[in-house]
Amino acid sequence: MSVLRTDGITMQFGGVRAVSELKIEINEGEIVALIGPNGAGKTTVFNMITGVYKPTAGNILYTKQSGKEINITGKKPSDIAKLGIARTFQNIRLFKDLTVYENVLIAKHLHLKSDFFSAALHLPWYMKEESSHKKEVEELLKSVNLWDIREEKASSLPYGQQRRLEIVRALATSPKILLLDEPAAGMNPNETEDLTGFIQDIHDKFKLTVFMIEHHMDLVMGISDCIYVLDFGETIAKGTPEEIQSNERVIQAYLGVDEDA
Amino acid sequence: MEIFQTIANMTGAALAQHVANGISLGSLYALIAIGYTMVYGILLMINFAHGDIVMMACYFAYFGIAIFNLPWYVTVVVTVVLTALLGALIERTAYRPLRDAPKNSVLISAIGASFLLENLANYLFSGRPKRFPRIPILEQNLSFGGVQIQVISFVIPVVTIIGLLILLHVVNHTKTGMAMRAVSKDYEIARVMGINIDNVISVTFMLGSALAAIGAFMWGVKYPGITPMMGVMPGLKCFIAAVIGGIGNIKGAVLGGFILGMGEIMIVAFFPQLSGYRDAFAFVVLIVILFYKPTGLLGEKLMEKV
Amino acid sequence: MGKKQKLILTIILLIGLFALSWFVNVEMDSYVRRIINLCLIYAIIGLSMNVTNGFTGQFALGQAGFMALGAYVVGVFTVPVKLRANVFYAVPMNPIIADIQLPVWAALIGGGILAALVAFLIGAPVLRLKGDYLAIATLGFSEIIRIVITNASSFTNGALGIKDIPTLNDTRYIFIATAITFIFISLLINSSYGRAFKAIREDEIAAEAMGIDLYKHKCLAFMISAFFAGIGGGLYAMLLGTVDPKNFLFTLTYNFLLIIVLGGMGSITGSMLGAIVVTAGLEYLRVFDEPLELFGVNIPLFRPGLRMVIFSILLMVCVLFWRHGIMGTKEFTWEGARAFIKHPLRVFGKKGVA
Repeated sequence: MSVLRTDGITMQFGGVRAVSELKIEINEGEIVALIGPNGAGKTTVFNMITGVYKPTAGNILYTKQSGKEINITGKKPSDIAKLGIARTFQNIRLFKDLTVYENVLIAKHLHLKSDFFSAALHLPWYMKEESSHKKEVEELLKSVNLWDIREEKASSLPYGQQRRLEIVRALATSPKILLLDEPAAGMNPNETEDLTGFIQDIHDKFKLTVFMIEHHMDLVMGISDCIYVLDFGETIAKGTPEEIQSNERVIQAYLGVDEDA
Repeated sequence: MEIFQTIANMTGAALAQHVANGISLGSLYALIAIGYTMVYGILLMINFAHGDIVMMACYFAYFGIAIFNLPWYVTVVVTVVLTALLGALIERTAYRPLRDAPKNSVLISAIGASFLLENLANYLFSGRPKRFPRIPILEQNLSFGGVQIQVISFVIPVVTIIGLLILLHVVNHTKTGMAMRAVSKDYEIARVMGINIDNVISVTFMLGSALAAIGAFMWGVKYPGITPMMGVMPGLKCFIAAVIGGIGNIKGAVLGGFILGMGEIMIVAFFPQLSGYRDAFAFVVLIVILFYKPTGLLGEKLMEKV
Repeated sequence: MGKKQKLILTIILLIGLFALSWFVNVEMDSYVRRIINLCLIYAIIGLSMNVTNGFTGQFALGQAGFMALGAYVVGVFTVPVKLRANVFYAVPMNPIIADIQLPVWAALIGGGILAALVAFLIGAPVLRLKGDYLAIATLGFSEIIRIVITNASSFTNGALGIKDIPTLNDTRYIFIATAITFIFISLLINSSYGRAFKAIREDEIAAEAMGIDLYKHKCLAFMISAFFAGIGGGLYAMLLGTVDPKNFLFTLTYNFLLIIVLGGMGSITGSMLGAIVVTAGLEYLRVFDEPLELFGVNIPLFRPGLRMVIFSILLMVCVLFWRHGIMGTKEFTWEGARAFIKHPLRVFGKKGVA
């Protein structure tokens, strides 16, 4: 069953066409990757899906938890997050001066059912909600080994843990689909391996659909069910890791030819 | 309705007077708005102190003529030089140290600098209004078929246009100007390319302050009451003018200045019962522009990289 | 330290402070009481500004305008009806409101509500603006409010101002108002909404991606800020007994800016500390406005205006060299107090983090 699909979305910035008539479909439970050279328009695709940019043409369709498919083109980022689409960013955007705990707890705010005054005055039914949110955050942090450092400022964490924290924060919004923008950026092979395992774990544990942008091919080829290849805003290939790895056009544009071959 | 009465009663002479005033005020606003737009274009900050620099220029001119008895044309030059130096000094002490600090700090510093100038002027020159010195040659009335218009009302737009042309020449046809444009496009790259950022920024402040000083002098001739707080409202309005025209765009600042200046005069001319609200006009226009074209009339859309 | 322990300690502290305010009210002379009351009122308004500027990271400069709204609601509706003709001698008071007299507490809250409503109206266009634009726009609106007040003579008596407002120089009541403000805002900041505000301050784009509706939350913060500034303004009017549009020039907002910068933008405790320093400073720096004689020689530096110059220099020094202020983003906590009592000097070692 499709979770997210686009029917030919285009993004035009003045004279530059960053994305051309993109058609992608992501099915429930899949791990889909979007790869391609720098400047191909990958993050722009993410930004269109999450509402940061409004596509100049085309529609983005999302299937809600209830099973109903709706058009989310042009909706606000906060509304899209509330629908169950969470994301991380290419350049880490943690709440730097807040603690690890606060970073994740904030992600629960969108699920708040109490109204403003109940929250502001700490009325009993709000306190109950907050307490259950805090419990969920505790479980989440414990499951990824970030509980012990929960009082540390987010900016003081080492790079790898920051990336992990950003993913966990997105998880705390209880999303249906998780968009990861270059989660392994700047990591060495060991860290990438850990991250690959991590993504697989959360995918299995939380029954997520994952859509990610990545350059690290071990990660991409290792866990993706389906890969889209983007170049100059256009899809030049789509397929399983095996198909992509042997695709001539992709090799020419992006993967490169093995020098020893 | 009252307005038709007002229009009917307004003579051709009165209308000509209003138009002349509108052009004058518009030009003065334009000269000051340029300073805001240039600084914002390069540093992405509002120089809150710019309006107060205009005020200080008026005081410099006052002291030059009334206290030191310099001839007025010499005082103009002295005022421009002193004001340019003041502008550079403010940049050096209040803004440069905070260049790498979070945006809010620079904003607070700008407010602080503005506040300091106002209080300093109040302390040094007292709050009692001083009268800008009379310059007979500029106050003479010229007659055009029954209409009396002061010489200064012609001088202002002419000087403004000359100043604008010189500035545009500097910005578009000199090395310094090219450096300024480069820095405003991409700060980091310009620095990496070997442009001395500090110098370029200082020059920007000095140019903006110099133009503001010229505007201040002419302002003093046309509206002779000088007080320490005189720069506040014009300063706000001129920043709004820069926003209306498209912040960062010099021609936009001029356009915005004229729109506000002419608009303000005309509103009061045709709706005298609203004269108490004349200052509110600029803010109303600001709201309208921010709703319909937030990048301003001549501005470009800036996309933030996410 | 258990939660219950801390709560009991806090209640004891509040009772103690209230008793102190009672003492001040009875024992101190009117002048000292006035300064303390002004300090408390400034703390309320400073804290209100901290909600937008410090916690939500929205640089708004409209406090003077919101204060004015609160002050004028109190001014217009609490002057006893029979005295009004005397006050509104130039332009008679508008008949719609001429006979409405509200009890003080109603006018106070009414002023706060009016300020919040105006904030909502202003917020609609203005809160979508980036940092610097927001500052100018709110500054502008603050001035527009003042201009409207100055011109709407039949409602506000225009430039003449309103006198004969029933005065309130009672430290106990003002303390209670201040305590309520601080308690409410503490609870708010420590709630999900407070965290959402901080998220917006830290990174708007990330906050939005986490489902936080930017406009709605900024508007909320703005309205709360305006509400309490209005309350502060109302109390201010009652402290002075008169209101005048010239009291509410936007430069008044700079006082509160200094309070929160000095105290720490993003610290509730800091707003109180900043208010104490600034109010006391403003009062006791008055000496600089008077001529000074040393050994029979008149030092020419000391004359009216020097106080505010020193004040402005203080603001500059603060923002250039001491950006985090006294508290940074930290708060007074009972654990912190206990640690301080045990090892007073360690406080200075821990600097540089916030």
